[in-house]
Amino acid sequence: MIVGDSKPLEEILSMIEGRDKVLVLGCRGCVTVCNVGGEKEVGILASALRIARKKAGLPPTVEEMTLERQCDPEYVEELADVAENYDAIVSIACGVGPQFVSERFRDVAVFPGINTTFIGGALEHGVWAERCQSCGNCLVHNFGGLCPIARCSKSLMNGPCGGSASGNCEISPEVPCVWDQIVQKMSAMGRLEELEQVWPNKNWLTARDGGPRKRVREDLKQ
Amino acid sequence: MKAGSNLEKMLSAGHFAVTGELGPPQGNNVEEVRHKAGFLKGIVESVNITDNQTAVVRMASWAACKILIDEGLEPNYQMVCRDRNRLALMADILGATALGIKNVLCLSGDHQRFGSHPESKNVYDLDSVQLLAAFKKMRDEKKFLNDKDLDGAPELFLGAASNPFADPFEFRVTRLAKKIAAGADFVQTQCIYNMDKFREFMKQTVDRGLHEKCYILAGVTPMKSVGMAKYMAKFVPGMDVPESVVKRLQGVDKKQQAAEGIKMAIEQIEEFKEMEGVAGVHVMAIEWEHRAKEIIEGAGLLPRPVVD
Repeated sequence: MIVGDSKPLEEILSMIEGRDKVLVLGCRGCVTVCNVGGEKEVGILASALRIARKKAGLPPTVEEMTLERQCDPEYVEELADVAENYDAIVSIACGVGPQFVSERFRDVAVFPGINTTFIGGALEHGVWAERCQSCGNCLVHNFGGLCPIARCSKSLMNGPCGGSASGNCEISPEVPCVWDQIVQKMSAMGRLEELEQVWPNKNWLTARDGGPRKRVREDLKQ
Repeated sequence: MKAGSNLEKMLSAGHFAVTGELGPPQGNNVEEVRHKAGFLKGIVESVNITDNQTAVVRMASWAACKILIDEGLEPNYQMVCRDRNRLALMADILGATALGIKNVLCLSGDHQRFGSHPESKNVYDLDSVQLLAAFKKMRDEKKFLNDKDLDGAPELFLGAASNPFADPFEFRVTRLAKKIAAGADFVQTQCIYNMDKFREFMKQTVDRGLHEKCYILAGVTPMKSVGMAKYMAKFVPGMDVPESVVKRLQGVDKKQQAAEGIKMAIEQIEEFKEMEGVAGVHVMAIEWEHRAKEIIEGAGLLPRPVVD
């Protein structure tokens, strides 16, 4: 899923300064699962904004709404009758949400209430870690099912580098060295010799480097 | 004086400046650099040395700049943000100035998709506006981007590019203003063919007083043929070639097209000499360095004034 972090309340307050009517807009997709942008978090953020704005003598009008998904025009359309009633819409979906809302309603000012951090998963309750950089050409089967592009700090395809120590990365003892894990896993599977091949340069055209990406499925298009 | 380069001295003395351009070879052919440089010696203040232009790998710009210095010419070191992060950009400008390079042109750089290695990653750690600000800070505050002191600060005449013909037109002058605010001492424009649009661009520039904060050099590239004009009109992004330019070239015999292209460039320069806010011309005779002299001489700009 896409994982995010709430922005500090002070930052959100300063973004919406001078705007009277505010809508906090949640999403029932990824951000609900990672507990940062669902209906519950909409309620928490809206209350915090009301209290802070009231204290500062500002209009406390902060309303709440949560869409099924903000990354789908069908659901964004549910805002059609109300969007223009607000001086600010604070979206707490991933980075897609504020943009879909902004593109749909040209006169409405939209603000991001969370920082989108990575594509990853939950290691345990309350702990998430990055797993994918969406390079557009998956190679994990060659590396014991673990991704060196997303998880090696240098994205090395022929690691581990000289900075790997006691299973950790040179950037921090808190960061596991994925190449250590790749070697362990390939070794356990009796496939260590596969790592002897020199991996050639990667083609980054399918990644963000090739420009913004778009996918068209002719079989699904109407 | 920021760097005391020949280009800076010429512009600050109020002379109508002339710069040229040279693309390094796709290899380490030193003689090729010297050969092209020979055509430009004595006819321009300084010569832009492109940096992996159109994302095609070539001899490093700083190295070709050094060859020019050894040949008695002054280079404008072009630097693109596509291929280097801030560490490399700062390291390279320190190295370049240590070798005697004084002028630098800060660019974003063409995307690598249509270059010689489209499958590569791009960097864009900084953009061209941020690069100008970084170099201005290194020069004026004698500090790295992280505020640590430099052991020897670069003396630089900072350049930027501007394309009056890209879209949206209403934002082009604002973007130029941003580059000047970030630190540009001089600006070279994209090659100009649509004179009406350029006049409007300069009018807006002068209305905002930007020509008093920065020297603006108008870009000129002579058309070699009808084919080139049609190609540029159709396939080069951000290039504005009006139909009248193509028609005029079509109006002469095929053998006369190159001469007509040079004549058109000379006429443009004559107009730039009189245009408010234009401090000089940047003559980009792409793979046509040996014809640059005809254009500059034809426009009555030779011999070049001497300043000290």
